[in-house]
Amino acid sequence: MAYKIKASDCTACGACEAECPNNAISFKKGAYAINADLCTECKGQFSSPQCASVCPADCCVPA
Amino acid sequence: MANVISLDSILGVGELKAAAEAPPAAASGCASSSCGSSDGPADMAPEVWEKVKNHPCYSEEAHHYFARMHVAVAPACNIQCNYCNRKYDCSNESRPGVVSEKLTPDQALRKILAVAQEIPQLSVIGIAGPGDSLAAGGKNTFKTFEMLAKKAPDLKLCLSTNGLALPDHVDTIANYNIDHVTITINMVDPEVGQHIYPWIFHDHKRWTGLDAAKILHERQMLGLEMLTSRGILVKVNSVMIPGINDEHLMDVNKAVKSRGAFLHNIMPLISDPAHGTHFGLTGQRGPTAQELKVLQDQCEGGAKLMRHCRQCRADAVGLLGEDRGSEFTIDRIEAMGEVEYDQEAARTYREHVEGERAGRHAAKAAAQADVAETVGTAVQPILIAVATKGGERINEHFGHAKEFQIYEVGPKGAKFVGHRRVDQYCEGGSGDEDALGGVLSAINDCTAVFVAKIGGCPSTSLKDAGIEPVDRFAFEYIEESALTYFKDYAERLGQGAINAREGQDAVIRTGAFTARRA
Ligand code: SF4
Ligand code: SF4
Ligand code: SF4
Repeated sequence: MAYKIKASDCTACGACEAECPNNAISFKKGAYAINADLCTECKGQFSSPQCASVCPADCCVPA
Repeated sequence: MANVISLDSILGVGELKAAAEAPPAAASGCASSSCGSSDGPADMAPEVWEKVKNHPCYSEEAHHYFARMHVAVAPACNIQCNYCNRKYDCSNESRPGVVSEKLTPDQALRKILAVAQEIPQLSVIGIAGPGDSLAAGGKNTFKTFEMLAKKAPDLKLCLSTNGLALPDHVDTIANYNIDHVTITINMVDPEVGQHIYPWIFHDHKRWTGLDAAKILHERQMLGLEMLTSRGILVKVNSVMIPGINDEHLMDVNKAVKSRGAFLHNIMPLISDPAHGTHFGLTGQRGPTAQELKVLQDQCEGGAKLMRHCRQCRADAVGLLGEDRGSEFTIDRIEAMGEVEYDQEAARTYREHVEGERAGRHAAKAAAQADVAETVGTAVQPILIAVATKGGERINEHFGHAKEFQIYEVGPKGAKFVGHRRVDQYCEGGSGDEDALGGVLSAINDCTAVFVAKIGGCPSTSLKDAGIEPVDRFAFEYIEESALTYFKDYAERLGQGAINAREGQDAVIRTGAFTARRA
C-alpha cells in the first residue's frame, strides 16, 4: 500500500517532501513523486499520512 | 559589469533614473508621536533607528530611497488562508504569495549579487514565500541567509511568516542576525480566525476550525514575544477583510503593541474571483480606500502603523511600488556567470542619502512651523494625490503615473497616508478614457493632485470631478509643496472662494499593486 501524487494538481511546493518520515518523496524530472517502495502510508508512525495532511492542493492520494 | 552610477542621475531634480518610484517620507510635522513608520531619528532609540533607517518597509522615509528584494526560495506552506491560492501564478499579478520562478538557495544568492550590482539602492533581502519562509523546517530560507551573510554582510536580512512555526526558529533567527521579522496576524480571537483559516498543519496533524485558529493564535503570540524579548524588530501584517476582521483589527493592534511589535501594517484584502481564492470565489469584497484609512486612523496611538506597504510579490525587486523582477530571470542570471560583490556603489549611494536626509528634516520642520503659525488649527486636513517617481519629489507626469501617493496635509503638518495604484492614463502618446475614469475613482477623496505635468483634457476632467490639478510645484519636494498649497487653500476657503471636499470615498484597485517597469 502506498500513496501517490496527482501530478496535474501538484503545485510543486515541496511541503510533502519535508514531512515524509521515510524520505519517500523526491523531486525528479520536474515533478514531485512518491516512491511506492518506501511509502508506508505513515502507518505506525503518525495518525495520518503526512503528505496528504500538509498538501495544499489535496493531491496526495492512495495509489 | 562595471556599473558606474552618477548620483545626479539617481537623485537629480526630476531625473530619478535608477530609482523609479518611491513614495513619500517622514512626517516630521506629525504632532503626536504616533505617526507610524514615518517617524524619524528623533522618535526612536538610536540603535533602533540604525536598524530601520535604510529599510524601505520599516521606515517610511527610507522607502523613498532604498530598495528591497524578495527571493522566492520558500514555496512550501503549513497553513491555508482563505485569501490565498498557491496554484495561481501569473506574472501580471502582484500579491504576496505570487511568484514567477521558484529559486534554489544557490540561484537566489546569484540573483541577489546580480541585483546588488545593478541597483545600488538595494539594502534589504527578504524571504516572503511564496509559501511560508519557516515551513518545511525553514531549510531553504536559512541556507540562503547563511550564504548571503558570508558574501554580502552589509545587506539586511528579513523574513515573513504566518507565525505557526516561528517559536521553533527564534534561536536560529537570532543566530543569523536577522533583525527584521514580519508576522501576518489577522486575528487574536479564534472565533474570528476560523473564518480566515480553513486548516493548519501542526505537530504532524491537520487541524481545522476553532482548534486550528486557536493553535495558530497561541503560536503567533508566543513567537512575537520571543522575538521582541530578543530585541528583534517585528512588523505585524494584517489583512483587512470587511465583515470578518475589520473592527477586530483594533484589538489586534493593541495585542501586538503590548507584546512589543514595532510596526503594524494593515493591508486591504485583495479579492477577485479570477484569483481562485476562497474569498475571491465567494464574493468576499475588499475594503474601500476610505474604509482602510478610517481603520488605520482609529489604530493611531496604538502600535505604529505602516501605510506604505505595496503588498509586493514574493519575488519583487526594486523600490517599493516598482518591480524589476522580470529583468532578473534565472536564465539571465545564469548567463551572467560569476558575479563579484562590490560594495562601492552602494556605499557611495548610502552616504549621499545620509546627507540629503539631514537637510530634509530641517526644511520640513520649517515649512510646518510656518503653516501652524499662519493657518491655525480650525481648518480640516485635506488629502492630496501626488505623482512621483521617488526622491520625495513631485516628478512624474499625470499620464505616466502608475500609482499616486496620498498625503494628508493640515495644520499639524503633511504626512504620507497611503498610495493608490492606477492604470497609466497615457500609454503610447494618447490618453485612454477608461483609464482616466479609473484614476478619478482611485483619488476621488483627494482635493488636489500634484503632478510634474498634465495635459489639457485630463486636467478638465479632474476639475469637473472637483479635484484640482496642480503643476506649479513641478520637481519640488512633496511635503513643503503640500504645506504651501494648504496655506493657500486655507486662505481661499476663508474667503469663500472654494468649498471643502468632504465625504468622498475612493476605490482600491485589486489588480497589480506593483508597477512593472516597461
Ligand atoms: S503517506 Fe507517509 S510515508 Fe507515504 S509518502 Fe506520504 S508522508 Fe511519506
Ligand atoms: S505538498 Fe502537494 S502540492 Fe506540494 S509538492 Fe507535495 S504533492 Fe505537490
Ligand atoms: S509587501 Fe509590504 S512589507 Fe513586504 S516588501 Fe512589500 S512593501 Fe515591504
